[in-house]
Amino acid sequence: MSEPILKIENLHTHFFTDRGEIPAVDGVDLYINPGEVLGVVGESGCGKSVTSLSVLRLVPSPPGRIIEGRIFLKGQDLVTLKEKEMRKIRGDAVSMIFQEPMTSLNPLFTVGQQIIEIVRLHRGMSKRQARDHAVDMLRNVGIPRPESIIDEYPHQLSGGMRQRVMIAMSISCNPELLIADEPTTALDVTIQAQILDLIRRLNEEQGTAVMMITHDLGVVAEMCHRVAVMYAGKVVEEGSVHDIFKRPLHPYTRGLIQSVPRMDETRERLYSIPGNVPVLSTEMQGCRFAPRCPEAMEICHQSLPQLTQQEEQHSCRCWLHERSQEDAV
Amino acid sequence: MSGNLLEVKGLKKYYPVQKGFLNSTAGYVKAVDDISFSIRRGETFGLVGESGCGKSTAGRSLLRLMEPTAGEILFEGRDITKLSAGELRKQRREMQMVFQDPFSSLDPRHTVERILEEPMIVHRTGNARERRAAVDKLADVVGLAKSQLQRYPHQFSGGQRQRIGIARALALQPKLIVADEPVSALDVSIQSQVINLMQDLQHEFGLTYLFIAHDLSVVKHICDRVAVMYLGRIIEITDKHSLYAHPQHPYTKALLSAVPEPDPDIRKQRIILQGEVPSPANAPVGCSFHTRCPQAMEVCRKERPPLLETDSAHFTACHLYDGTIHSQLA
Repeated sequence: MSEPILKIENLHTHFFTDRGEIPAVDGVDLYINPGEVLGVVGESGCGKSVTSLSVLRLVPSPPGRIIEGRIFLKGQDLVTLKEKEMRKIRGDAVSMIFQEPMTSLNPLFTVGQQIIEIVRLHRGMSKRQARDHAVDMLRNVGIPRPESIIDEYPHQLSGGMRQRVMIAMSISCNPELLIADEPTTALDVTIQAQILDLIRRLNEEQGTAVMMITHDLGVVAEMCHRVAVMYAGKVVEEGSVHDIFKRPLHPYTRGLIQSVPRMDETRERLYSIPGNVPVLSTEMQGCRFAPRCPEAMEICHQSLPQLTQQEEQHSCRCWLHERSQEDAV
Repeated sequence: MSGNLLEVKGLKKYYPVQKGFLNSTAGYVKAVDDISFSIRRGETFGLVGESGCGKSTAGRSLLRLMEPTAGEILFEGRDITKLSAGELRKQRREMQMVFQDPFSSLDPRHTVERILEEPMIVHRTGNARERRAAVDKLADVVGLAKSQLQRYPHQFSGGQRQRIGIARALALQPKLIVADEPVSALDVSIQSQVINLMQDLQHEFGLTYLFIAHDLSVVKHICDRVAVMYLGRIIEITDKHSLYAHPQHPYTKALLSAVPEPDPDIRKQRIILQGEVPSPANAPVGCSFHTRCPQAMEVCRKERPPLLETDSAHFTACHLYDGTIHSQLA
């Protein structure tokens, strides 16, 4: 196996607010291999978006700050990089698609100007070349009449079209890693299908690695090769998409999968995880999921389990499985 | 009592598009364009479709939170479009609404207790003590602690706020609850809690739901019958088993095929629709779906297909099923 394109080690991104220090990302380890689609799933506040923003060093600061950890992009540590160096990476080797395309496109510039700016900056193309390139990119993402759409402003386009423009922008420098933060959450199902299809083609044809951040288990099952499940700032389980859906180990992962209504079966009643997502603080003890866990034991409330490998390519952070391993020995 | 609780006939909601200096009407946005359906007592009726299809407008027009442009809305046989403001207010006791956004549908300046009591004050039910008791009971029914009643909406999470919204809708013991995307703003684990709560309440109080949603898996789970809307019109309507197992309209088929399933082993044959939903201000002539339909024929560009019974209790508005094909082949 080749070297991972991105490797996150023990990442801690905290927010310093009036109400104290909030460990939004609390010791996350992740890696993405070249050409791979990694899904990062979890519910609101689990730290999935902050993890992705940390990679590009886009966490609003203050109040946020990466206080510990390293993020290697092909061996180069991004955390210690100067802002000027970082700017060369954003939009070039690594680019990002956000959930709400209206707020991430600049309303004062035409679609074309925004794409041209990127390729001129990173690739040093002439204006003419850059414009041709932008038209090609728009055509690639399935925008009809790219020659005229290029001179339109974001507000003139529909939600699906704006998301296509965002994708055209983000792939204009042929990135090695694309971070997609809930790219289809704001879109209708039929438009979502179009956008997912586009991202999949990009991954298969260009070999672009994708970090797919989502709360939608359907999107994960469909798009991803490997999945990391996050809860309260930590990765609680990580494995191949098949293992996560077919043999989930962590009670949270299991609960999540059972909570989702399915189209292919009829159930009288949905499983529901009791309680609410915890309020994050630096004083938390034990497993973060213990208060809601149907299988919580004494030890779960006292001490935090480690993310340990259970099977080939399948790790889990849970005392239930630590125990079974010890027993096995 | 059985039968229909609500019957909707030819409901329309048009918005005028004004133009120029004199505000002359240049045309209409046909948000809801001649829809008819009925909801049986005690059932959950789903209204699904993508954004802009008119499902929310339809739901609000039913309660006359928006005045419909035309059509009849019979609630227990009584046409509520003809009611005066005073009569309508009384009628509203019977029909309540739960909104999508639990953040903006609760008054931030009121305590939960006040929020739950207000409908009873407006409708002059009971005295202060009876109302207090009713509030306690409501809180209990939706799973809020008594100690939380003095808190304000911002002190609750999204799921808890949606519980408050549901409790408020129940305050007057309505027969019908129109729930407009009640779980789409919630996290997966919280969503299932609220869905279960809604089902429990339905059994306990014999409620009838109009469940408006875009999430087809949630609709399949909770609804008995479903109507699919596209550009202001109902294009297919039947019971959920028939709809999900044997969808007929090409749009329904595409919609169902587009839903990603939470199972990596399922590889669906996806129908990816080209283009986007046209603007309702400028809806296509003929079948409104013909611009995106993979099976569009000549007739679809000219004539609007009527909603016909194409299978037992299965209604579809599509020329593929109305005999047009056969007459063309003959």
